[in-house]
Amino acid sequence: MGFEKFLFYCFAAITVAAAVMVITRRNPVHAVLWMVVAFVSSAALWLLLEAEFLGIVLVLVYVGAVMVLFLFVVMMLDIDIATLRAGFIKYLPVGALVATVMLVEIVLIVGPGNFGLDAFPAPPAAGVEVNNTHDLGMMLYTVYVYPFELAAVILLVAIVAAIRLTLRHRIDTKFIDPARQVAVRKGPDRIRIVKMPAVVEAETQE
Amino acid sequence: MIALSDYLILSGILFCLAVAGIFLNRKNVIILLMCIELMLLAVNTNFIAFSHFLQDMTGQVFVFFILTVAAAEAAIGLAILVVLFRNRRTINVQDLDRLKG
Repeated sequence: MGFEKFLFYCFAAITVAAAVMVITRRNPVHAVLWMVVAFVSSAALWLLLEAEFLGIVLVLVYVGAVMVLFLFVVMMLDIDIATLRAGFIKYLPVGALVATVMLVEIVLIVGPGNFGLDAFPAPPAAGVEVNNTHDLGMMLYTVYVYPFELAAVILLVAIVAAIRLTLRHRIDTKFIDPARQVAVRKGPDRIRIVKMPAVVEAETQE
Repeated sequence: MIALSDYLILSGILFCLAVAGIFLNRKNVIILLMCIELMLLAVNTNFIAFSHFLQDMTGQVFVFFILTVAAAEAAIGLAILVVLFRNRRTINVQDLDRLKG
């Protein structure tokens, strides 16, 4: 039990420190990289909570796809960092105040008094025969199959929206219009029939 | 043993840090989007902690759907950001006042 607690505090400290770095870094690229650290250590925390599938999915989908997308956009845009940072010090007191007040309120509610080990005793550790991926899949494909389909539609909408938004029509691009290709006729489009008198070659005598 | 309140306080700290980040970086849209992702991470940690301590898989199913929606949101948000930068050459939130009446 001691080692589990040590792991929890290690990963929790890394997550919080990485979150602090995310919101205070001057360079957005550094902020994205610290965000990756926060996600990976959170995935470790989820593994401690016996949510193995979601922990792996967090690393694969979030770190592997979403954060790389962020990094891609941050590096693609030519951002003037200095003007974006103006007012950082000015808003520091009010931001810190709001965050502190919120944190105190949250801790008062979810603190050990209400959600400690007395109210919610720790469940017994799952044995090797428990398969988190299998359980989640059984639930997802039976009880929650319609929400699952809806999630697929949402992803499709996201694909269509992202492509439509960033699609750019350039005038000087050369391309083939398949509709015009198919609609071409033999008659006046491809072959031109020309009338001309027959020509007889003069026979040569030896 | 690690109590449920430990996980809840941790995600509370994460959420408050994200709120503070929205206050601090109020001009940079990219950092704002990343703060929203941090908030979603805190909420997901809450869901998984409750799912573990109540021994109920429903919390993990919810996290699955939140991850899906968050991925879609990030893709569309970044696409909007790219279009914005192409048209205005800036992502400063204070310059984006064309809709002001």
